[in-house]
Amino acid sequence: MARISLKVNNKTQVVDVDPSTPLLYVLRDNLELNGPRFGCGLAQCGACTVIMDGNAIRSCVTPVSAVQNHNLTTLEGLGSVAKPHALQAAFIEEQAAQCGFCMNGMIMNAKVLIDKNPSPTDDDIKRALDPILCRCGSHLRVIRAIQRAAKSMEV
Amino acid sequence: MRNKDISRRDIFKGAGALVVTFSLFGSVADALGQATAHIDPYGNSDYLDPTSLDSWLAIMQDGTVKVFTGKVDLGTGVETALAQIVADELDVPFRRVQMVMGDTAKTVDQGRTAGSATIERAGPQVRQAVAAGRLEMLKMAAARWQVPVDKLAVSDGVISVIGDPAKKVSYADLIGGQLFNVKITAKGTQGAMQVAPEVKPKGYQDYKVVGTPVPRVDLPPKLTGEFTYTADFRLPGMLHGRVVRPSTVISKPTSVDESSIAHIPGIVRVVQDGSFVGVVAQTEWAAVQGAAKLKVTWSTPASKMPANREEVAKYIMNTKSFTDNGPAPKGDVDAAFSNAARTFEATYHWPFQNHGMMGPSCAVADVRGDKVTIWTGAQGTFTTRDRVSDMLGVAKRNVDVIFVESSGCYGRLTTDDAAEDAVLMSRAVGKPVRVQWMRADEHVWEPKGPQQLMMVRAAIDDQGKITAWDFKGRTFPWTEAQGTPQLGERQIGQKNTAPYPGSPVGAGAVAQLYDILNQKVMASYVPWPQDDPTPLRTNPLRSPGEPAGWFASESFVDEIAAALGVDAFQFRVRQLTGNQRAAELLQSTVQQSGWKERPSPAPAAGQAKAAGRGVALIARGNTLVAAVAEVEVDRSTGNVAVKRITVGHDCGLIINPDGLKFQIEANAIQGVSRAVMEEVKFDETGVKSVDWRSYPVITFRNVPEVDIVLKNRPQNPSSGAGEPGIVPMFGAIGNAIFDAVGARLREGPFTPERVLSAMKASGGISRRA
Repeated sequence: MARISLKVNNKTQVVDVDPSTPLLYVLRDNLELNGPRFGCGLAQCGACTVIMDGNAIRSCVTPVSAVQNHNLTTLEGLGSVAKPHALQAAFIEEQAAQCGFCMNGMIMNAKVLIDKNPSPTDDDIKRALDPILCRCGSHLRVIRAIQRAAKSMEV
Repeated sequence: MRNKDISRRDIFKGAGALVVTFSLFGSVADALGQATAHIDPYGNSDYLDPTSLDSWLAIMQDGTVKVFTGKVDLGTGVETALAQIVADELDVPFRRVQMVMGDTAKTVDQGRTAGSATIERAGPQVRQAVAAGRLEMLKMAAARWQVPVDKLAVSDGVISVIGDPAKKVSYADLIGGQLFNVKITAKGTQGAMQVAPEVKPKGYQDYKVVGTPVPRVDLPPKLTGEFTYTADFRLPGMLHGRVVRPSTVISKPTSVDESSIAHIPGIVRVVQDGSFVGVVAQTEWAAVQGAAKLKVTWSTPASKMPANREEVAKYIMNTKSFTDNGPAPKGDVDAAFSNAARTFEATYHWPFQNHGMMGPSCAVADVRGDKVTIWTGAQGTFTTRDRVSDMLGVAKRNVDVIFVESSGCYGRLTTDDAAEDAVLMSRAVGKPVRVQWMRADEHVWEPKGPQQLMMVRAAIDDQGKITAWDFKGRTFPWTEAQGTPQLGERQIGQKNTAPYPGSPVGAGAVAQLYDILNQKVMASYVPWPQDDPTPLRTNPLRSPGEPAGWFASESFVDEIAAALGVDAFQFRVRQLTGNQRAAELLQSTVQQSGWKERPSPAPAAGQAKAAGRGVALIARGNTLVAAVAEVEVDRSTGNVAVKRITVGHDCGLIINPDGLKFQIEANAIQGVSRAVMEEVKFDETGVKSVDWRSYPVITFRNVPEVDIVLKNRPQNPSSGAGEPGIVPMFGAIGNAIFDAVGARLREGPFTPERVLSAMKASGGISRRA
């Protein structure tokens, strides 16, 4: 076990964990941040995505020891029901989720995309989100939601 | 599970954590409604009493309307849709309605959430129950003012006397926080239950909320991380469990070497019971590592897995069926064949496919002596309760199964494996245990949609009408059926008392659309080769058996049309003279797609990428779906790109048009995925589709445009929409591939290799013969 300091959603917290623990389990079980989800544990589906220093990473295969001193953002760090981020608001507006289990990956990867490319084309979105799996078939609404968010963030 | 729902169970949000206290039936924070449940939830029965109005409806002091249903929301939006029905029937604002779903101690058993039956069956049950509640409250107000009930009006939950608006009282002031203590009628059980049929509900003309695109109540917290899925459910002192199973037929563990994981900090217990092996640990990571590293030696399984799908196909074809069913035959098929101008015959084949939940199975169980509480995403919480009661030998009423939504499951969670696993581990350690399957556990051990073979023959007269139809479907039944011992139970030694049970469905439900005078339709089910649990076990997969069954029949219709040189749409219209509703839907769908009438295949344009279109029409229950697929086939690689799907959908009265459109769109996308790329791979050593690389599903770049034509028939009862939309997809896409390259695919999925080989078999020609 080791004490590891994590900066998550602009808050620094210390956890006492096996340093080989994947970040995902620490976020979920120690910090009780449920946004990032376990889908595969193999970096194949994207449900566990968090943002580290502006880039999307797969928290299910990233050891917690590797993320100390980095800025981490989870879905909770974007906004809340009371105060949603423009992306979350757009996803709600477009009703862009069914079971919603994969949506953390959709929104977090969309956030990184829009930060780098504020006016993405549909093809840009498809390319950026192609590695993120959704089984319910929400893809088309997700694309629309991201377009809506990008437009709302332009001004 | 949204936080406001769980507050009712004394679940407080403290320091960001969900903490649960145990007072299942004596909730203090919530002396709300359903007090029957707080005193004695069952009376003399194992089920909440459906003839008590309080079992269905509670008016809270603040005016909140709580409606209790045994159905659950699997991520399709039925929570919102049912609340719309309630809001209209009770004349209360939509936002005041709260649905409480799928808790065996608090809700009536309305049957599993399966078969696209929630709106179709539970919708009317809930509507009638709350209509009875409305009438009861009207009677109370009528007595108060000594006026007849029909002199009363309700608006926004306030009853007033027509013509005397000073006389008014809200539902909350009438009965808020109190029991109705009123009996209503309820005959039959589960989906077939008739609830308060004597009460007249509103007419569809009076609906204000039904028929409108009310936004989903569950989505905002799902998009911010504030929603509690099963995987997020935590209890104080909860431990983590992982299962250890081979990827082949289950045998006996001849040795379980606990020392192999002794070095991992936090391991609590290796649980072994019969052939069940699990690792319980203090942290998830310890449990994950423990289960992965535990040295288990398995004996040689009593029976081997089949070597490949061809071997399974032979087995299905040549093994004596144990049950055969189908609709009553019509006319004289043999005579029609002997009088035919032309006859046709073909065999179709579809492999095992996965449900592929994004989040693997997960459940939390707390076994305390003879009291058991389970939090799970099961489609049938009562089924889970009954199985666990049987497994542990405790009374049903001592097992409370509480629904907490999981990942979308498409039929997979009709079998609640993780709950049994969690129960076995919790029982062993005496503490609550959360079990989550790893990705390979889910891919290998999810009960799959079974392989199917379909043999079809048809006779045609000289007018180009189908005069006889002879359809034979052969497949496996569900190994995992409601009411029979399931995986965990069988591993601890319970015998599968009824080895081949369940109600076989699917492949028989063809040919009911067209006016074919002579028909024989038969679905035959062959017994499983293994007695031991096998990873090729099966349970319902979205619209069980029907996507492949209709693939066969709608491909076959297309083959006949092409052979006769008739446009595929026109040929179908010719067989639909007796089915105006289907003909209309088909017509408006092809029109929307921009269909140009001509026979298939398309005239070869000589390009490297060949474009084609195909149509299919299906009926599922009272729902009709027509689909046009547009594809582009790469002649050199055989790759099929599905560019656009147009779907026409008629399911009677539409409750929520936006939710319905989403179901249709999602069915189309999942259908494309299953049509072109999905197949469970296996050999004699086990299942080889173990993750998303070895079992790929559709991703963004391959998702087609989806164009939807909604047909609303408010005068007709609502029928199902969760599954029918997927049913025409295999057929429409297969027909489009034929249209593009002139090669007929009678087997799926339509992978590049299969398309190339079909093109080769058809002589490599893409021109019309």
